[in-house]
Amino acid sequence: MSLIRDFLDMPNDSTQKTVIVATLLCLVCSVLVSGAAVALKPIQAQNKALDKKKNILQIAGLMQADKTVDELFSQVEARVVELESGDYAKDIDPNTFDARAAAVDPTQNVVLTRAQDIASIKRRAKYATVYLVRNAQQQVEKIILPVSGYGLWSTLHGFMSLSSDANTVTGFGFYEHAETPGLGGEVDNPQWKALWSGKQVFDEQGNIALDVVKSANPDSPYEVDALSGATLTSNGVKNLVHYWAGAHGFGPYLEKARSGGEL
Amino acid sequence: MEAALSLFFKAVFVENMALTFFLGMCTFIAISKKISTAIGLGIAVLVVQVITVPANNLILNVFLKENALLEGVDLRFLGLISYIGVIAAMVQILEMFLDKFVPALYNALGVFLPLITVNCAILGGSLFMVERDYTFGESVVYGFGSGFGWALAIVALAGVREKLKYSDVPQGLQGLGIIFITVGLMSLGFMAFSGIQL
Amino acid sequence: MINKAQREVLVDPLVDNNPITLQILGICSALAVTSSLKTALLMAIALTTVLAFSNASISSIRNHVPSNIRIIVQMTIIASLVIVVDQVLRAYAYDTAKQLSVFVGLIITNCIVMGRAEAYAMKNGVGMSFLDGIGNGLGYSLLLIVVAFFRELFGSGTLYGYEVMKLVKNGGWYEPNGLMLLPPSAFFIIGLLIWGIRVWKPAQVEQPDFKIHEQHGH
Repeated sequence: MSLIRDFLDMPNDSTQKTVIVATLLCLVCSVLVSGAAVALKPIQAQNKALDKKKNILQIAGLMQADKTVDELFSQVEARVVELESGDYAKDIDPNTFDARAAAVDPTQNVVLTRAQDIASIKRRAKYATVYLVRNAQQQVEKIILPVSGYGLWSTLHGFMSLSSDANTVTGFGFYEHAETPGLGGEVDNPQWKALWSGKQVFDEQGNIALDVVKSANPDSPYEVDALSGATLTSNGVKNLVHYWAGAHGFGPYLEKARSGGEL
Repeated sequence: MEAALSLFFKAVFVENMALTFFLGMCTFIAISKKISTAIGLGIAVLVVQVITVPANNLILNVFLKENALLEGVDLRFLGLISYIGVIAAMVQILEMFLDKFVPALYNALGVFLPLITVNCAILGGSLFMVERDYTFGESVVYGFGSGFGWALAIVALAGVREKLKYSDVPQGLQGLGIIFITVGLMSLGFMAFSGIQL
Repeated sequence: MINKAQREVLVDPLVDNNPITLQILGICSALAVTSSLKTALLMAIALTTVLAFSNASISSIRNHVPSNIRIIVQMTIIASLVIVVDQVLRAYAYDTAKQLSVFVGLIITNCIVMGRAEAYAMKNGVGMSFLDGIGNGLGYSLLLIVVAFFRELFGSGTLYGYEVMKLVKNGGWYEPNGLMLLPPSAFFIIGLLIWGIRVWKPAQVEQPDFKIHEQHGH
């Protein structure tokens, strides 16, 4: 007890007291901060995983109000693809692989040249996680690809869902962006997102044909109407579709899927 | 080089700390009455930003990132406290350094230096650096660009305010009210830079 | 139950001494998070919590803090509290916390927190400092919520995510005002609010630096 008394009675500006106060403070704060971080970490990780699953399900059009996300997600299988060859990377666990972290890790990424980098993402991971949705007969119904690219203000992160022919779009949307609300932010507009369904990414010769254009012909399988008042965001969306469907994105993988390769 | 230049211009104009993200607003509004003081504060912010953003980038990569210090240890939750610690320490060191070696600049900046610790533009710069995963090189450019952008904005506002004091503003709007509206108009102007890509 | 001094500490910062409109403190976040009521409300709660507890804890050790490390001690306490709040939000309000992004972290440098610690908590008792924290937090919250109310209502036709005015794109009548969702609109709204408050309470009007002389007619 007297120790505490002595400590409290010390003159405030003495070196000893300064050191003791600083140490005690650090001790108390570190216990508080680490305690909170450690105790809450499992819930945070769960939230993050749940959020991602929800995004995938929403874009694949699989969300149902009466079922939990985990239940619905059981029909989705995650696989890691090596982008350059288009083959599945069997030795990488899709549950722990994080493409966004890998994209900035010099040992796991590819820096794109200016000519390659039409989506303005500067670098991408060597691998990417794709999600396969199977029907009751265990056949692949949808292939969901993660896409990203620069719009007007921000990098848009989203998913594009293709049917098993690896060509017809079945859903498209972004889960993260910071485009101008009301203009470029309309990428979130359900009506605009609905325009993508049924469009074809590749033409009959296998070239990328899907385009975002002003006053598009609604009957054309290759044209999606651009967002009004948001030319740069629309261009960004077009560029990212072209990039990820192209040779430096999922091109080789989709090529194999189209010619009847293993899904 | 091209990428660096593009990042610099983006940090100065398109993503101006003060006028598009509204960081460092308290000092921005409180200390922009005269151009001369605004320039002093602007330079101080620029200097601190150039030092702290790369310094925090190192802290992040060497200590805090997952598996950086020890395999399997993720200390990113300590980010905030480390960044602000680095900032406070840098400001203190800079103050002592200037006092000893560049007394003229120290006297000019003296009052503003301690204020910078609580300038959210500084911490904001570091946090954006973390969020956008800048590399070390990019963080140097970003630190310089964002600091320069902030300095530019406060000097511009001080210029407007020096003229504004001779104008006949309605009574209730005098002072703070009209400044808010001025800054709003300036930031509307800066929105015109949006989407510029070099 | 609550005496007069306590009530004053609580109510005074709401309008008479509002941290944002009069003390020019904590403006940054007020502008960035007010495009919807949900984010504004969460930010308001986060800030009020940090402010109340930082005031209380700084006040409780005020007599034993060596003055040369005073600022860093305050900073450490505030930063720790902010981290705790940030972690809690990420665990229990994930979606909204994601939208707030860096702005929760920026509470550390929110001048209201440091300002009240220096100006009030270092000189007053624990209980009163706690109340002062809540009072100033509420003053900040009030302004945030008023600004967010206008921005969300006119910018997206909704309030707290619920549709109030049916938008044209959903088959209704209201064409949303995109400017309201852009950051500059927050400046205009706060500027006009300050005008309103000062017309109501003329004591807050600032003296001009430079007076324009009336011209006297002959």
